[in-house]
Amino acid sequence: MGASPLIQIKGLSVGFTGLSGRTLPVLHDVDLSVARGQSVGLVGESGSGKSTLALAAMGYLKSGLRLLNGTVRFDGHDMFDQRRTGLEAIRGGQLGLVPQNAGQSLTPTIRIGKQMAEALRLHSPLPRADHRARALELLEQVRLPDPEAIYRRYAHELSGGQQQRVAIAMALAGDPDALLLDEPTTGLDVTTQAHILDLLRDLAQARHMAMLYVSHDLGVIARTCDRVMVMYAGEVVLEGGTRDVLRAPVHPYARGLLASIPKLADTHLPVALEGRPPAPGEGRTGCAFAPRCALASDECRAAPVAMQTAARGMQARCLHHERVAALPLGGTGAAPVHTVRDGPPALALEDLAVCYARPGFWDKLTGAAPPVATVQGITTQIARGETLGLVGESGSGKSTILKAIAGLLAPLAGTIALDGNTPLPPLVAARRPAQLRRVQLIFQNPDDSLNPRHSVAQILAQPLKLYHGLGGPALRARQEALLEQVRLGAHYLDRLPRQLSGGEKQRVAIARAFAADPDIVLCDEVTSALDVSVQAAVLELLNDLKAAAAATYVFVSHDLAVVHALADRVAVLYQGRLCEIGPTAAVYGRPSHPYTEVLLGAVLEPDPDAAPRLLTNDAADLAPPATGCPFQRRCPRHMGAVCDTEVPPPRSGPDGHVIYCHLPAEALEADMAPGGTAS
Amino acid sequence: MLTLLLRRLVLGAITVVIVSLLIFAGVEALPGDACTAFLEREAQGALLEKCRVDLGLDRSAFTRYFEWAGGAVRGDFGMSAGGTERIATLVTDRLKNSALLAACALAVGVPLAILLGVITGLWRDRPVDLILSTSAILAMTIPEFVSATVLILIFSVWLRWIPGIVVAPADYPISAFFPEIILPIIVLSMVMTAHILRMVRSSVIEVMASDFVQMATLKGVPYWQVVFRHALPSALLPAINVVALTVAWLLGGVVVIEVVFNYPGMGRMMIDAISDRDLPVVQAITLIVAVTYVGVNLTADILTMLLNPRLRTYHMRRR
Repeated sequence: MGASPLIQIKGLSVGFTGLSGRTLPVLHDVDLSVARGQSVGLVGESGSGKSTLALAAMGYLKSGLRLLNGTVRFDGHDMFDQRRTGLEAIRGGQLGLVPQNAGQSLTPTIRIGKQMAEALRLHSPLPRADHRARALELLEQVRLPDPEAIYRRYAHELSGGQQQRVAIAMALAGDPDALLLDEPTTGLDVTTQAHILDLLRDLAQARHMAMLYVSHDLGVIARTCDRVMVMYAGEVVLEGGTRDVLRAPVHPYARGLLASIPKLADTHLPVALEGRPPAPGEGRTGCAFAPRCALASDECRAAPVAMQTAARGMQARCLHHERVAALPLGGTGAAPVHTVRDGPPALALEDLAVCYARPGFWDKLTGAAPPVATVQGITTQIARGETLGLVGESGSGKSTILKAIAGLLAPLAGTIALDGNTPLPPLVAARRPAQLRRVQLIFQNPDDSLNPRHSVAQILAQPLKLYHGLGGPALRARQEALLEQVRLGAHYLDRLPRQLSGGEKQRVAIARAFAADPDIVLCDEVTSALDVSVQAAVLELLNDLKAAAAATYVFVSHDLAVVHALADRVAVLYQGRLCEIGPTAAVYGRPSHPYTEVLLGAVLEPDPDAAPRLLTNDAADLAPPATGCPFQRRCPRHMGAVCDTEVPPPRSGPDGHVIYCHLPAEALEADMAPGGTAS
Repeated sequence: MLTLLLRRLVLGAITVVIVSLLIFAGVEALPGDACTAFLEREAQGALLEKCRVDLGLDRSAFTRYFEWAGGAVRGDFGMSAGGTERIATLVTDRLKNSALLAACALAVGVPLAILLGVITGLWRDRPVDLILSTSAILAMTIPEFVSATVLILIFSVWLRWIPGIVVAPADYPISAFFPEIILPIIVLSMVMTAHILRMVRSSVIEVMASDFVQMATLKGVPYWQVVFRHALPSALLPAINVVALTVAWLLGGVVVIEVVFNYPGMGRMMIDAISDRDLPVVQAITLIVAVTYVGVNLTADILTMLLNPRLRTYHMRRR
């Protein structure tokens, strides 16, 4: 039993029937095996078939998909030749799944405790009377605070990190031999993500489980897996030990993918992969990556490429793997543009405070205490041509600040001024068109922010007509010039958003913002919904526009590496309060605020030797504290009563670097006390 | 939670008051009054004056509204214009009959609709779904008087199983309406089932495609447990509001059906009152229907809130 792998997939092809009636494959002849105690990573971008493959390992295909060929065996059982009862016994029992989006994967109408008990009832040999105790034990094991309370709650009453932990606890209820993890940490904060991955690693070791990780994030894979399989267009293109694949990938796609990830240590922008992957089911003759590959020869395009054995035991679906290995690793990307110009600041925020909760009629009548503001005391200036990055975990108020600047939320107090002295009316409705033109917003998800019934031409024409009164040939010329600027051809004008890829849509959204000829562009997580290779291209574009149009950005992102790549100055926010602000290099270097240190410590880099530094007991707070330092409850360097009662003073360094902390500058310079960190 | 309940109750009461004002104003605006209708050609001079004084119609509209509304709150709608009968007694009988018809139609229609809705949703695009969904559209599109007439033709005229019309007067006991009531029940539940079925079907399809149903399946939960424990509680929530609208529609009197089958319910009473220009009765019925709508919808909203954990927490947090 020990010799044969637990999960064994051989020659698996899965497809769907297209509108033309032809069978279109989404997985091509995939082999995969995971042994007990082994952890394998499946990496790829959206549409690569990685999730389909992972679910197929459970004998499950999403509706519309069909098994075309091949076998899936789990512990000797053929998963596609099982009776329903056989599958039900294996799924959730020996073979557990941690789903991608735990929030939507937990049944909303059943309490957590009941859902846990259900898993135990189906798969645990324990007598029914012990189920409750066991469920609480499992919740404790995934380090959830107060399991008793969690047990009685519904899924929507938990935070994202807690939901993910519950999902893991539920997968463990069947005492599994193998776990499938479908993007287990996507959508979580960096600190939460690092903690959950650590937890999974410990669990895998303690229980000697086989793990199959699906992720688009090479950092996650680097942290957790022994072996990696890189997928592209429904095929495995590279397979090998994690260290080898991350250090010296011998497939051009893997190389490009690695180069497109922004890294904290790299001051250059990440390099984008040219072209786009084939759509699932698209026909092909030779190597699927050939159209995007610089090394592609006629041989590559002639016939499908078989797996080749390459250096260090890696398997690569590439005829030129030796030449790939000889290439220098990671071509350097463009240098970020820094063009800070003199003159009045483009935007000045003065003691800005925002609060979502408005005291209602009833509260006023009873004289209830006013709610604590979501964002408070934000004072900063942004110079013309400068990029200010706002970073922080979810709930840090970074998007709230953007909304206030854009006039979508009325601030509770403080002013927002253009040119440093022209105060903007608080709400959009009160702003004049000339003022509206100067502040433009780009949203996170272009699927939601572009009207699906408007063509690209209509989308771009709106700001051009509204703010510049363009029409006729002048309008057309400007539309084409804008598309040119975001590197899309004029033929895109007649397309509808649904005919564009995710990256192209975001380019159109960017072009729309620049159509207004704005002074300030607000970017709200503009790359978070995109694949890394596409993200790199969008970052490059924003950087180029900064040089060409002297754009001033306020750039919000939860990804510290992305902000590092683009921003001139960075503000670190916690619970809507400033912790640290200053030039990028100063904020990412020392001295730093304890919270910045925690955030930076949790970043996962695609480097097998980098381990995140984590706090032992770390959980995000729900509401900001009423007095004192906002970070008091999580701070590893908590000094005592002063932190709880007094607002920390600004400690200024060179170049306008300010840290809001009670600790003196020398203490902030030093590394965190060893007692405060986990291994 | 309690505050919310109170708030909804107050809002509902305000709605009813506004409706009562509109009804009263509407009837006031009509030319003529109870006396002109009662005296017909003799409605002039001293006779008319006396009648108006007798009935209190000479007082200001303001006073009369409060008198009417005050009476309505106590369940007293005054006398019907035509004769000596109290409207309250008349309405009670009719309301009882309408409630009987509604209750029977609901008892047949709602479980049937939910059952068929779940079946069509689970077996989407299979033959059973195609047959049932097509029949539902047919049942919705055929006018009630057509299906009623066809049923009378088949069961009363040809087969002679059930009498085609109700002959018992309004104040007879419930048992007097059987078996004649069966045909109206069938017609009503047909229309109702079709509406609810289509809603339940689309809701079931949506929920069965959700992440948590996939997750439950991959947790090894047997199919029927996935359906009953995980999917249906979410899928059936939207049905509550549709059922509520149906209940209000049924209690408000299903005019066409009651006329076709000569059933003595609220709908027939309304039609009769309108043709007799019996304005106090029209006023009373309209008010009762309005209160029913407000009440049933309020109940449905509160039920939805109680059964949906998400809404429940949301409202608890707000207060």
